[in-house]
Amino acid sequence: MVETRHCEQQTAMSWPCAGEGGRTGDWRSMKPVLDPAKCIAAKKDSIVCMLCWVFCPDNVITRTAPPEIDLEYCKGCGICMEVCPSQAITMVPENEGQPALNVEETGCDV
Amino acid sequence: MTSNPSAVSVITGNKAAAEAARLARVQVVAAYPITPQSQVVEALASYVETGLLNAEFITVESEHSAMGVCIGASIGGSRVFTASSANGLAYMCEQLSWAAGSRLPIVMGCANRAMSAPWNVLNDQQDAMSQRDQGWIQLYCRDNQEIFDTFLQAFRLAEEVHLPVMVCYDGFILSHTVMPVEIPTQEEVDAFLPPFQSSTIVDLADPRNINPVTLANPRGNVEGTLCHGYMEFRSMMQRAHVDALTAIDRIDEEFASQFGRRTGGTTRSYLLEDAEVVLMAAGSLASEATVAADFLREKGVAAGVLGLRSYRPFPVEKVVAQLKNARLVTVFDKSLSYGYGGPIFIDTQAALFASEKRPQMHSYIAGLGGRDIKARELADAAQSSLDWLNEDKGPKEAQWLNLQL
Amino acid sequence: MTDSMIEIRWHGRGGQGAVTSANMLADAAYRAGFKGVMSMPTFGAERRGAPITASTRLSREALRFFSQVEFPDIVIVLDDSLMNSPATVHGLVPDGFLLVNSAVDPASLDTGVDYRIAVTDANTIAKEVGLMISGAPMVNTAMLGAIAKATGIIGLDHIETAMAGAFSKAAVSRNFEAACKAYEQTVCLFCSEGKK
Repeated sequence: MVETRHCEQQTAMSWPCAGEGGRTGDWRSMKPVLDPAKCIAAKKDSIVCMLCWVFCPDNVITRTAPPEIDLEYCKGCGICMEVCPSQAITMVPENEGQPALNVEETGCDV
Repeated sequence: MTSNPSAVSVITGNKAAAEAARLARVQVVAAYPITPQSQVVEALASYVETGLLNAEFITVESEHSAMGVCIGASIGGSRVFTASSANGLAYMCEQLSWAAGSRLPIVMGCANRAMSAPWNVLNDQQDAMSQRDQGWIQLYCRDNQEIFDTFLQAFRLAEEVHLPVMVCYDGFILSHTVMPVEIPTQEEVDAFLPPFQSSTIVDLADPRNINPVTLANPRGNVEGTLCHGYMEFRSMMQRAHVDALTAIDRIDEEFASQFGRRTGGTTRSYLLEDAEVVLMAAGSLASEATVAADFLREKGVAAGVLGLRSYRPFPVEKVVAQLKNARLVTVFDKSLSYGYGGPIFIDTQAALFASEKRPQMHSYIAGLGGRDIKARELADAAQSSLDWLNEDKGPKEAQWLNLQL
Repeated sequence: MTDSMIEIRWHGRGGQGAVTSANMLADAAYRAGFKGVMSMPTFGAERRGAPITASTRLSREALRFFSQVEFPDIVIVLDDSLMNSPATVHGLVPDGFLLVNSAVDPASLDTGVDYRIAVTDANTIAKEVGLMISGAPMVNTAMLGAIAKATGIIGLDHIETAMAGAFSKAAVSRNFEAACKAYEQTVCLFCSEGKK
């Protein structure tokens, strides 16, 4: 929660840390889901490929095997899916798995 | 304090500027040569090359880059110096705003020169005055000793109030004219000017982002604390400028107590106490005007001079107080806000508006593009204004001194 | 020329060192007890060979004004071909000094106007002491000796001190030799008593 000011600096400054650009995870309508069975790094259990890590504009993918995606700050841009050479990442709707909207007949006569 | 002849050098204003930068132990110099400032850059380059000055001299391809380097070096904790003139200063324009907004204590010399077109390398003050609203402090010097002294004071000032300072001195008239300048020893300067302590220094152990995007409103950071928006930073910059008025005068007092000389701080007056007629100007013209005041006094006119040293911040209260006994103020501007009038005239008139007793004010545009101005011409102008006032002719249009149209 | 204020105008050609000498004269005069000294080049774009001027102003009091010299007390001419221009002696005050680098008799430079005339063959002096650059004699420093001789406003010792502040040791030696020779060889017409 926003509470106190700490801008004793006369020069505008910020310190690099996760979330300095805001809670960008809130921006997401689609989230990336990684399939370890297809991911090259995961399959080889080695730091290889790493194109998703390289290209992620928000630096939320770890340089690990398999790579991990921090959904707190992932803004859902889909670049990781685009660059993945083995189609290991798919973008799925944020609300997938939740009960579907139950559409009832209203009897509206068009 | 009487001058010790052995410590006095007969040098140009440019050399005085370079000597001050050397004795201030500047750590980074980045500048691009332009007439009439070039000699400053040449002198500093030779100081660095011969080991007289332990600094990085960074060559650049333009003034825009020069100020960019100064900004980077200042953020990194170095005491920084640059100099320019006219079109070079204009080419820095965008970076000037970055330097001031970043609250960096960069000190720059401006050897004042006319802005082109038409092409002209000679003196007026249009270059610096055109950069009025960038957030830089602007101090104007009347002679070469004052150039040297003002630069030393400028480093103290800049580092105290966290604002960049432009030390302005008339091109050629001061920059290329030799006159005696008393140069203190390194030890004396060190006692006045302690090493620079940066507030922005970038440290690998504590990485940070200088000048992130600020928004219209304050914004909470990831820890939930509220950080200033753009307007808060700008308000603090204005506060710093207002506070600088006191700092400029106080630093001059401290300088005087150590060196026995003073620049006058924000203003430098001459025979003002009983002056009915005041001549007002900035730079070398303020000195020339003191001779004009003597001429007028010989004729029985109680004349005095208000030399404006600090153009920004503008010393409103001091100007009003010093003009309280004047019947007539003649302002000689070496620049022009086209479509209105002389910048010093406009500001002084505005400053006096709230004053109970307002003197009549006459504006003179003088010395543009190096047009010579003699003390007797200043005296004649003031006398003609006084005659006008005595004949009760009402407001007087701005006059162009020595115009041959 | 009053004792309290002396104004000097230098005429030369771009590259002859008029500005350097004008500055050294200011320095020497300061050492000679003038509290207010200044020296300024022509305010313009100078090029080699172009007629140029520089000004020196000397005062017993600190100087507060910077406007250009109108009525010089002393005019110094580094190149006698410049004597053809009326601008060279323009404004020279009555009983002022005209100092010319020339091999001609000073009487031939007398135009009947009331100023004192001094002539020094600085070209020959510069050649003798080896002050040559690009085949041209550097006459500016010799003329400082001529000023000392003709006007007495500075002494040779002040010139040497000023040179030491501007030149290397080796250069001081040759330039000071030129000034000394000029001091010895300057021929003055009406210099001590004035023309009237």
